Amino acid sequence: MSAISREDVAHLAQLAHIEMSDAELDKMTGELGVIVESIASVSEAASADVPATTHPIALSNVFREDVVGETLTAEEALMNAPDSVDTRFRVPAILDGE
Amino acid sequence: MAAHIDDLVDFDVALEKYDPVLGFEVHVELSTKTKMFSSAPNVFGDTPNTNVTPVCLGLPGVLPVVNKTAVEYAILIGLALNCKIAERCGFARKNYFYPDTPKNFQTSQYDDPIAYDGWLDIELEDGEVFRVEIERAHMEEDAGKLTHMGGATGRIQGADYSLVDYNRSGVPLVEIVTRTIEGAGKRAPELAKAYVAAIREIVKNLGVSDAKMERGNVRCDANVSLMLKGADKFGTRTETKNVNSLRAVEHAVRFEIERHAAVLNSGAPIVQETRHWHEDTRTTTSGRPKSDADDYRYFPEPDLVPVVTTAEWVEELRSRLPEPPADRRKRLKADWGYSDAEFRDVVNAGVTEAIEETIAAGTTAAVARKWWMGEIARLAKNADVEILDLGVEPATIVELNSLISSKKINDKIARQVLEFVVAGEGTPTEIVAARSLAVVNDDSALGAAIDAAMEAMPDVVAKVKGGKLQAIGALMGPVMKATRGQADAGRVRELVLQKLGIEG
Repeated sequence: MSAISREDVAHLAQLAHIEMSDAELDKMTGELGVIVESIASVSEAASADVPATTHPIALSNVFREDVVGETLTAEEALMNAPDSVDTRFRVPAILDGE
Repeated sequence: MAAHIDDLVDFDVALEKYDPVLGFEVHVELSTKTKMFSSAPNVFGDTPNTNVTPVCLGLPGVLPVVNKTAVEYAILIGLALNCKIAERCGFARKNYFYPDTPKNFQTSQYDDPIAYDGWLDIELEDGEVFRVEIERAHMEEDAGKLTHMGGATGRIQGADYSLVDYNRSGVPLVEIVTRTIEGAGKRAPELAKAYVAAIREIVKNLGVSDAKMERGNVRCDANVSLMLKGADKFGTRTETKNVNSLRAVEHAVRFEIERHAAVLNSGAPIVQETRHWHEDTRTTTSGRPKSDADDYRYFPEPDLVPVVTTAEWVEELRSRLPEPPADRRKRLKADWGYSDAEFRDVVNAGVTEAIEETIAAGTTAAVARKWWMGEIARLAKNADVEILDLGVEPATIVELNSLISSKKINDKIARQVLEFVVAGEGTPTEIVAARSLAVVNDDSALGAAIDAAMEAMPDVVAKVKGGKLQAIGALMGPVMKATRGQADAGRVRELVLQKLGIEG
């Protein structure tokens, strides 16, 4: 059994907002299957007494003091915006967020 | 959108058949100077997109850095909610696509919140205490603000386009999540309101949030489900989003109970979905159903290292906790000797602090209450503003009270003086001097006025001489007129009797 099904890939594509053709789905199902299987080998090494590692370097508490720093101007912020009104970005209405 | 009017079942009827089950997610915006992961100012109301850095805009290559003060505020909130503080916790990416989040993920916490397993005792209006269990309080960041343009209602339905302001993007949030709340019965709406009020009061008291609901500093998502009385399985819940006033929280919970009951009575299932609250009609409408889109593919944020809290750090923060608001109220009520009703009125009028400061400035509790709940409340009502918005200072009350007790002015004049203070004419003493309002105690000035009155009314004088002491009242009018109302009535009587050689 492959580690990942065609339906899984279609679902991921939908979540990631990536349009994929049938041929691409087939190809990706195979490729992602290989990736998932090779990563699964990690679980052979990990046992219950090995905590999950999210960072390669054992650092913690990298903080910043609560002091205001430099900001962009509205002009700079909007420099690459495809569309804007006054100092706000203008985007298509997308139904149903908040 | 179809103008579908939901069927409702009368609240009391619904409660005869069903038990409501509640749950709340309250988002609190922290009042740090800067944002959660960038040094952009955390300020409300500025020109759109001026309080932004590349981090707030999710530009390529940026790295977030955690605001230490925001972490401390989150720990303070956790401690105030009787939570355990995680010795180690991390941040996670919550992935979704929406223009309010330019990175396409919100940085949040997933399975390791900074605070967990707490509780909060909620006092209802009649004094009954209801314990709400807190599942977790976690750190995250706020999204940008979208304004939907065009369309009929300004709501998203029918909008032509949206404008985005990222000033709010990255503002530190703490999300407080309750466990399932059972057993509130018909008091569910009241409990909902009281719970959110308590959270708001706590974060304000901690000094970690401005806690203004009208500005969205405190926002509530209310989960409601119904279960048949005696059933052992929860019903399907709906989540009413962004209920942003205390009154709305109460109304939204009540509405959802009435709506759920009607759906269930009809034999249909409740659809698990988000609901939008509409303040104008006091109803909710269907948002989107829970679906695959809720698969947020959380994963650990690789750009942020874990937060580790030492016992020393947590205890240092615990030592900073102020007296909890509920304890404080109990203490003040006892100290001031107010009745239950008097104290409740004071709390509801929002003048607890004002009275506390007035007493500290040098009056009795009774005098402080008399002014704040009496004349000041009346002036506020006439001006149609909140009592505190009149800007009366505790020192003003102390000054007015001392002018009265030293007999420089009487109660009636004092009330006038207060009006002049509110109108911005100065301090009570300045106003009394500028407007010549001091009671005339000067015996020579009073004496002259009394002599003139006695001369003008020989018949009255004869009556008084004949033993009818109450006839003195007739002399009072001309004397008050001559002194423009500022004579002390008791002193006038003494002087008249003295002049006529009668023992008072």
